[in-house]
Amino acid sequence: MATVMQRIVKPKTQAAKRALDVRSPKLEENDKVAMFIKGGHTSETITQVLKELYLLKKPNAITFKRKNIMRPFDDQSSIEFFSQKNDSSLFLFGSHSKKRPNNLVLGRLYDHHVLDMVELGVVHFRSMQDFPTEKIAMGTKPCLVFEGEAFEQDHEHRRLKSLLIDFFRGVKANNVRLQGLEHVLQFTAIDGKVMVMSYKVLLKKSGSRTPRVELTEIGPALDLEVRRTRLASDDLYKKACKKPKKGKPRKVKNVKTDVFGAKMGRVHMERQDFSKLQTRKMKGLKRQAPSNKENAKKAKTESSEPTAEES
Amino acid sequence: MVALFPLKSVIIIIIIIMATVEDVLESVTQSQASKYKTIEVQKDIEPQLDLGNLLTVDQNPLDLKKLRGDKEAYLKSQARDNTQLLFNAIWKLPTERVEEAICVKLPETTTVLPREKPIPKAKLQTKWEQYALLKGIQKRKKGRMVWDEEAKDWRPRWGYKRANDETKDWVIEVPGNADPNEDQFEKRMKAKKERVAKNELQRLRNIARGTKSKVPGVGLTPTEKPSKEEVGLALHLAKKSTASLGKFTEKLPKEKEAKHVGKKRKFEPAIGDFKKEKEQQLNIINVMENKKPKMDITKAVNRVMTEVDQEASSDDRRKRAGKVKNRRGPPRKKGSGGFGKKGSGGFGKKGKAGKGKGAKGMGGKGKGMGGKGKGKGKGR
Repeated sequence: MATVMQRIVKPKTQAAKRALDVRSPKLEENDKVAMFIKGGHTSETITQVLKELYLLKKPNAITFKRKNIMRPFDDQSSIEFFSQKNDSSLFLFGSHSKKRPNNLVLGRLYDHHVLDMVELGVVHFRSMQDFPTEKIAMGTKPCLVFEGEAFEQDHEHRRLKSLLIDFFRGVKANNVRLQGLEHVLQFTAIDGKVMVMSYKVLLKKSGSRTPRVELTEIGPALDLEVRRTRLASDDLYKKACKKPKKGKPRKVKNVKTDVFGAKMGRVHMERQDFSKLQTRKMKGLKRQAPSNKENAKKAKTESSEPTAEES
Repeated sequence: MVALFPLKSVIIIIIIIMATVEDVLESVTQSQASKYKTIEVQKDIEPQLDLGNLLTVDQNPLDLKKLRGDKEAYLKSQARDNTQLLFNAIWKLPTERVEEAICVKLPETTTVLPREKPIPKAKLQTKWEQYALLKGIQKRKKGRMVWDEEAKDWRPRWGYKRANDETKDWVIEVPGNADPNEDQFEKRMKAKKERVAKNELQRLRNIARGTKSKVPGVGLTPTEKPSKEEVGLALHLAKKSTASLGKFTEKLPKEKEAKHVGKKRKFEPAIGDFKKEKEQQLNIINVMENKKPKMDITKAVNRVMTEVDQEASSDDRRKRAGKVKNRRGPPRKKGSGGFGKKGSGGFGKKGKAGKGKGAKGMGGKGKGMGGKGKGKGKGR
C-alpha cells in the first residue's frame, strides 16, 4: 500500500492491521457497498421491494435482518454508525406509515457522513415473480438508460440520477464479456415521478457484426414519486467528487505480451541439481555400488582383508 | 486495327461483368438486411453515452400520448432503442479473447461520481527524515539476517529470537564501579523498555506535528549522565509536583532558581505610575519613528549555516549520482569525511535547541516522561 493513514493507536495484531488497511481510504477505490435497512414498520410491498433490489445489487450489498427504528431525515447518526460498522457508503431504507405510505430512502455517504438522501414513495410495484420469464445471472453489470428531460433540467433530478447511477452501476469492470451484457435498467422521469423498469437482453442476428437488441421485461417494476430530499451543498459535493492525481502505474515484472497477443511469463528457478534428477530406472544404468552379493563374493575370494576403497 | 477490335470488346465485357457482380452483391446484402430487423436508431437529439458505466442518457422529450396509451410497450421500445445505440457503440470497441469468451475493454468512465472516502494524504516526513534530507543522509539497506557469534547461526536482526540479544544473557559481569547489590539484569531490561517508550513518544510527536496539533514536549527522558541543566530541571519539576503546585515546598538556604524553566507573566497594575506609563508610550513612538531593521546575529548565522549545509548536501548527492557506476570501487574518503564534520556541528546545535523547547513545554503541561513531574502547570 502506498499510503497508510498515520494511526495514533497501533493495531495489536497483523489481522487487525490488515482489516484497518482494507477500510482506509485508497487512491483507487473499491466498489461501493449498499445497506438495505428495514424501518420500524414495513408493509409487504416495501419488504418485497427491498428484497428484490437487494438481489439486483447482491455481491456488493448487505441486508439487515432486524428492524431498525430510525428516521434518516430527522437523525442521520444511526445511518452513519452503520456505515462505519459495515464499511459501506450506500443505503436503501424502507418504511411504511400512514403519513408516508411505502416509503423508501435512497442515499449515499461520503467519509461516513450522509451526502445525498432522496425519499421515494412506491406508488406502484410489480414483483419479479409477476413476470414468468427467465431471469439474469447474479452480479451482472447492468446497462443503465435514463430518459426524460427532468433528469437534465431539474437540480434535484440531476442529483437523483447521479445517485441512481452510483447505486445501480454494479462492479467496476475493465473487461466486459459481450455475452454477459444481458441486463438493462431503465429510469424514466415524468411529472415528478420516476419509473424503474428492468429488462433482459436478447441478442438477435442483424446481418452485420453488431447484433439486434430485443428486450423482455423481467421485473421488478417500480413507480416512484419523489418526496423529501436532503442534498449535499455544492461545495461539499465538489469536494467529494475530487479526483486524485494519478501516479505512475506499477511496473509489472516478468510478464510480457508478444506480437501475437500471447501472455509470456518469466520464471526464475534455482539451479537444478542433476544428481537428484529422477530418470528412467534401468538395470544396466544402475550405479555400481558395492552390493551385498558382490561383497560376499569378494569376501570369499579375498577372505582376509577388505580394501579401503570398497568401504 | 484488326488487333484492337477484340481488345475493346474484351474490356467492355469485363466492365459488364463487374457491373453485374456489384449488382448481385448489393442485391444479396439488401435481401439479407431485409431478412433481419435494422440496428439503426433515429433520434432527434443524440443520447449521451458513457461506455465505462454502460450508461445512456436520452434527453429527447417523451411522447406523452403514447405514454398515456400503452405505457409499458412505449417504455420498452424506448429502452430497446437506447440499448441498441449503446450496443452499437460497444461493438465498435476493440475485442480480445479471454478464456474462450470475447471481451471488450471498456474506456474510462466520463460521469463524475462522488468518492466513498477522501483522497488519502501523502505520508508526512518525520523529523529525522527532514533532517536526513537536509543533510543528504541516505538510507542504506541492512540485511535482515545477522550472524550470531554465540549461537553460530544466522538470526534476524531484531524481533523474536534475534541475534546478539543482550537481554537473554544468563550471566553478566558486574562493572567495577557499579553498586554490587544492583540487579544488572533488571537494569538492562529497564533501559530497553525506556528506549522503546522514547521511540513511541517520538512517533506520537511526529504524528502531532503532521496534524498540526499541539506538540507535546518530551520533558525529561532518562539519560545515563544527566547534565547540570537536566538535573536542575528535574529538581524544579519535582518541587512543583504537589497538589498546591509547589507553593509550600521548602527551599534550601541559598538555593538558586533552575534555569530555562519558564517564567510567569506579570502585568503592571491598571492604575498607578503615570510617569512610567508616559515614558513607555513615548518609547514605543520613538522605536516606531526610527525604524531600523534590527540585526539578530544568531538568527543570521544560523541561516547562513543551514544554507551552506544544504548546498553541500545537494552537491554531494549530485556527485554520488554521477558516480553510481564505480560503486564497488574503493571507498571515497573525501565525501564522507567532510560530511561528517559538517553534519556533527550542525546536529549539536540543533539538538540543543530542541531540548530547550522540550523543557519549556514541560514546564507548561507538566506531564513528565519518567513519572517524575506529574503536576499540572499553570495554563500556558
